[in-house]
Amino acid sequence: MTAFKRINGFWLSIVLALVFFAVVQLLISGGMLNSFYINTLFFMAINIILAVSLHLIIGITGQFSIGHAGFLAVGAYASAIMTMKLQMPFALALLVGGVAAAVAGLLIGIPTLRLKGDYLAIATLGFGEIVRIILLNVEYVGGASGMTVTHLTTWPWVFFCLLMTIIVIANFTNSTHGRACISIREDEIAADSMGINTTYYKVTAFVIGSFFAGIAGGLYAHNFYIIQPTNFGFLKSFDILIFVVLGGLGSMSGAVIAAILLTVVSTFLQDYPETRMIIYSIVLILVMLYRPKGLLGTQELTSFFRLRRAVGGKQNDNKHTVA
Amino acid sequence: MELIQQLVNGISLGSIYALIALGYTMVYGIVRLINFAHGDVFMVGAFVGFYAVTSLDLGFFPALLLAMIACALLGVFIERIAYKPLRNATRIAALITAIGVSLLIEYGTIYVRGAQPEAYPSTLLPAKSIEIFGVTISSQALLILCTSIVLMILLQLIVHKTKIGKAMRAVSYDAEAARLMGINVDNTISATFAIGSALAGAAGVIFGVYYIKIEPLMGIIPGLKAFIAAVLGGIGIIPGAMVGGLVLGVIESLVSGLGYSLWRDGVAFIVLILILIFRPSGLFGKNVKEKV
Amino acid sequence: MTTNTPLLKADNVGIHFGGLKALSGVNIELNAGELVGLIGPNGAGKTTFFNLLTGVYEPTEGSIVLGNDKLNGLAPYQITRKGISRTFQNIRLFGELSVLDNVKVAYHSLARHSIFSSIFRLPSHFSGEKEIEEKAIEFLKIFKLESFMYEKAKNLPYGQQRRLEIARALAAHPKLLLLDEPAAGMNPQETQELMNLIAFIRERFHLTILLIEHDMPLVMGVCERIYVLDHGQLIAHGTPEEIRNNPKVIEAYLGEEIS
Repeated sequence: MTAFKRINGFWLSIVLALVFFAVVQLLISGGMLNSFYINTLFFMAINIILAVSLHLIIGITGQFSIGHAGFLAVGAYASAIMTMKLQMPFALALLVGGVAAAVAGLLIGIPTLRLKGDYLAIATLGFGEIVRIILLNVEYVGGASGMTVTHLTTWPWVFFCLLMTIIVIANFTNSTHGRACISIREDEIAADSMGINTTYYKVTAFVIGSFFAGIAGGLYAHNFYIIQPTNFGFLKSFDILIFVVLGGLGSMSGAVIAAILLTVVSTFLQDYPETRMIIYSIVLILVMLYRPKGLLGTQELTSFFRLRRAVGGKQNDNKHTVA
Repeated sequence: MELIQQLVNGISLGSIYALIALGYTMVYGIVRLINFAHGDVFMVGAFVGFYAVTSLDLGFFPALLLAMIACALLGVFIERIAYKPLRNATRIAALITAIGVSLLIEYGTIYVRGAQPEAYPSTLLPAKSIEIFGVTISSQALLILCTSIVLMILLQLIVHKTKIGKAMRAVSYDAEAARLMGINVDNTISATFAIGSALAGAAGVIFGVYYIKIEPLMGIIPGLKAFIAAVLGGIGIIPGAMVGGLVLGVIESLVSGLGYSLWRDGVAFIVLILILIFRPSGLFGKNVKEKV
Repeated sequence: MTTNTPLLKADNVGIHFGGLKALSGVNIELNAGELVGLIGPNGAGKTTFFNLLTGVYEPTEGSIVLGNDKLNGLAPYQITRKGISRTFQNIRLFGELSVLDNVKVAYHSLARHSIFSSIFRLPSHFSGEKEIEEKAIEFLKIFKLESFMYEKAKNLPYGQQRRLEIARALAAHPKLLLLDEPAAGMNPQETQELMNLIAFIRERFHLTILLIEHDMPLVMGVCERIYVLDHGQLIAHGTPEEIRNNPKVIEAYLGEEIS
């Protein structure tokens, strides 16, 4: 019964998403959206993918990683090498970008995820910097001047990747595996003593998050005409971090909303990068001081609707594991 | 000879890292916070020193002193406004705030004075070269080294011989117990920020004199490197920060000397990751496991 | 003593942190179905001993054997799967998770559906999750916690949190349950309820229980045997009656009171 209901809700969201996709596709092919809006839309989607992938690592599993731009960079360069140097199709390039980032996530995750809190943060920051410095020094990918990339990112690809990211991460979270990750976030020692292989789940969450950051990297690279190591510095990691923190650590819908809002804000402030950074940093400090749990805390947007229904007496909240 | 020359350069660079690392390590030791804004305090110190020299026509030592005082005030200000309200918050909240403060100082500086770099006047210190056994040491490098050493000795005296130093050690050992013993924990923490920030300010001026060019984002990389130095020596341990800074400076100079100067920054981060994996408590630290 | 092999055998177990010897030469045997107390003054090393049994620390000397399995060097989660689970002195629930989910986490190691099947919502995901949910709810009913099922664990009253923590530990299907000061912070009435609960779960789940407790009436009332630790060493072992009259034990406790 409940399983049937869940499948129903799932398909309903898929149908709604497809309708949204079709409407936007019609607007684009009908020429009703100019390139500025299309670009903003793509950016938004890429940022959502990044936000949701980092949300799995920080918000769900509680592992404070601040080098997410490193995985974005690995994905961007890996996919660009596939299309530009090896003349492979875009779909394969995206996949390779994701896999390359996931492998990087595995390699960096296994040793560093033993570290806690601050130390993990610094280690991941160091990883992000190392990626950037390696890219700067490798002539094959153009060093500091970067790589030129053909524009291949289209709305169907962006939408497909976005949908996959959300489905995979939401499904992972709403399962015994996601619960295991949340228990690590809540209390690692207790999780361990409940028979959860904490290392395994931390690394798994890290690898899944890295994979989707890599996919985002592929989309990102092929949405520009050029990628350079400077695009993937600490500030980029910080941009992604702020989505997750502002939306509420532990809330996927929060991360999505924050990504949408901040993409709009930064599009408007594109010509004033300093002002943008000042606003971002002040917002970040104020949120931490007055609402340290972010906009939604660990709640999901859907839980607000559910709450109202629950007042009616019947409580059948299958999504509470999202926590 | 080349090797010794690199060693000398490394020690000069390392002493700057060490001065910044001391602030990181002291603050971490007392409030368990990685003060990301510390590198930016260093940058502010460099600019205060620069304006003191160019606009106020001060000499090296008065400029140094002024930068130290300004940075001490800035450090206390940051602590009171941004960190104090978060003392009982989660570590992640504190860390995010610190990142926010860091960016605010960087882009606030750009907003106020623009992003263009400045150059320290080269006439600030007498530029003579002394040759010892075929190794050229500039008088500037020598003076920088002496200044750094004097400051570090001064710090050791403050920490070990004064009342405030005793209070700092007590608070870092157990803040709650220190409070019960009548120590004003808030003031002690502020004093720690003041001293750490003053050292970073001094490092800023020294950096400017030695490397000439300063700019608003100059604090990021030395800040991170100094943090690595603090971790290398064992975070929270004052002599560890000094040794860590010197070791890191020497490693970087040797890498540059071997002709891989583009990889210099990468090497520092690799050192960091290796030390975190193999000896997370640092060279001088003890391993502590979470109490269950 | 019975002649068959004990469920748990800690043989000459000790640990030192740097130069500090926290425990040394501890010999403890537990037979299946026993309820044994572990007492001692503050800082005697009781919780440290629990941490050794559950793999949080690895003993630097001696061996710990559960049934036929040597536990030295295993990770905590592996030891839990072998059949030891515990509660904590300072309650460690998953605060943001619901009461139901707290118990579900303990059922995790029984889950047979893979990450892959969960991500792509294969039939095995649904059957696996359903099984976990049904078992967890059934379990909460035993502990009379089902009315709080969807409440966040951190919002429960203190006594119920203790109860939930014990329920969660039992949901991991242990052979041996370690309770670390379960009555701490409870009033006499709550303590009485706890004693009934312990008697009940022991009967129902055929458990062996090792209990750390400061509440002497509770320990003396429910335990069949008692071990006494002081300064990291076992100083006495026997029935409650023997322990009550043991001069060494009296001295250890009095010594604490004087200092």
